[in-house]
Amino acid sequence: MNEPIVCRCEEVTLSQIIQAIEEGYDTLEELKRHLRVGMGPCQGRTCLPLVARILAEKTGRPLSEVMEEISVRPPLAPAPIALLLGGEDED
Amino acid sequence: MRTSADVVIIGAGVTGAALAYTLAKRGVRDVLLLERRFPCAGATGRCGGGIRQQFTSESNIRLAMGSVRIYEGLSEELDYDIEYVQGGYLVLAETEEEVALQREAVALQNELGLPSRALAPEEVWEIVPLFDIRTIAGATFCPTDGHANPFRVVEGYLRGAKRLGVELQKFTEVTDLIVRGGKVTEVVTSRGRVAAGLVVNAAGAWSKRIAAMAGVELPSRPVRHEILATEPIQPITDVMVISLHTGIYFSQTAHGQIVGGIGDPAERPGYNIRSSLRFLLRFLRELVRHIPALGQLTVLRQWAGLYDVTPDAQPILGPTPGLANFIQANGYSGHGFMIAPKVAELLADYIERGEVSEDLARLSLSRFEGEVREEAFVVG
Repeated sequence: MNEPIVCRCEEVTLSQIIQAIEEGYDTLEELKRHLRVGMGPCQGRTCLPLVARILAEKTGRPLSEVMEEISVRPPLAPAPIALLLGGEDED
Repeated sequence: MRTSADVVIIGAGVTGAALAYTLAKRGVRDVLLLERRFPCAGATGRCGGGIRQQFTSESNIRLAMGSVRIYEGLSEELDYDIEYVQGGYLVLAETEEEVALQREAVALQNELGLPSRALAPEEVWEIVPLFDIRTIAGATFCPTDGHANPFRVVEGYLRGAKRLGVELQKFTEVTDLIVRGGKVTEVVTSRGRVAAGLVVNAAGAWSKRIAAMAGVELPSRPVRHEILATEPIQPITDVMVISLHTGIYFSQTAHGQIVGGIGDPAERPGYNIRSSLRFLLRFLRELVRHIPALGQLTVLRQWAGLYDVTPDAQPILGPTPGLANFIQANGYSGHGFMIAPKVAELLADYIERGEVSEDLARLSLSRFEGEVREEAFVVG
């Protein structure tokens, strides 16, 4: 298969995204929940701008409006648990 | 959007989706499902996905057992994989009082036919090999408990419902309910008015506001619960682990991530769903205390959702006193995903045939007029 992959972490292809939009998953939050785009280790830094552009093109909505729909969830980059608990007493 | 419907359901979380499908399957097909944002935008899409039957109240145990029977065949029935894993729930106790409470609970559960059993700490090793058993005084295990993917459960129900004629309208907010002659006759939305034969309030933590539109006061309140997901790792356990002592719960999803949360007694009621560092550290500290090896992982994402909490931590179900066609399906206090399939059947029994089952009667809004008895196991 030579199909373009849009979300590399979760291996979601371009045609999967287009099909989902056509099925009615026409906001970023819905696409995320349906296809897991942006839910992998990169947390959407690579793929969500691409998905947003595809979504804006398919729906005719402005890119800025599409981008507003996504909620940012901490931590912004994968955070090692050992580091987060590093300052605490070991027992 | 249609301008009238036999049944208008407010809220496309697991409760609304399961009810829409169950009604349509029985031939009640003039159903309109209204959602303020999109399916799973509220608590269902934010929950841990656990499906537990180990409760302390008879009605919770019965509802959960009925739900598990439905969950067991749901992927097949809906022709959609809900990622159901029946790996059991391990319930941890750290004090002798908790162990005693567990012993009582298991006796009641066994009486009702649930195969739960008490375990010595050593036996926990056999179920979760990486577990540090020095952290517990005892545990119980029920092999027929499990977890599923909440997005896929809702999606499966919605696909099934739509095939049978149910209409879903997303981004449609209910702004008012019109009451005439002891009935809710009309639902006013951001996209027009709908004449309704019957209205179901399945709006989760916003149910209180919906009810108020019809002049009904619900004794529930929204309480934030936070949750996080780690990076995916190879399968290490099918079990959902929860603690009576700290309120921590976690499991490994079909995707390989460890997903879990922990209750916070300091949490104040309100609609705040921001994520906090306090939660992150409290959860990780407890997770790593029980399973030190998980300290090697990274955290990918944390988020929060709202429990719709009632004074006895049990749902409010069925017709509203004084407004017979206004059906409550809320107040799940964090357990809605577990019991939604069975609740949908009980509510459909009422909507289709006017039949009020024992559990429905027991969980009516009118129970708060008397003395209340609380569910003791309020964990994920």
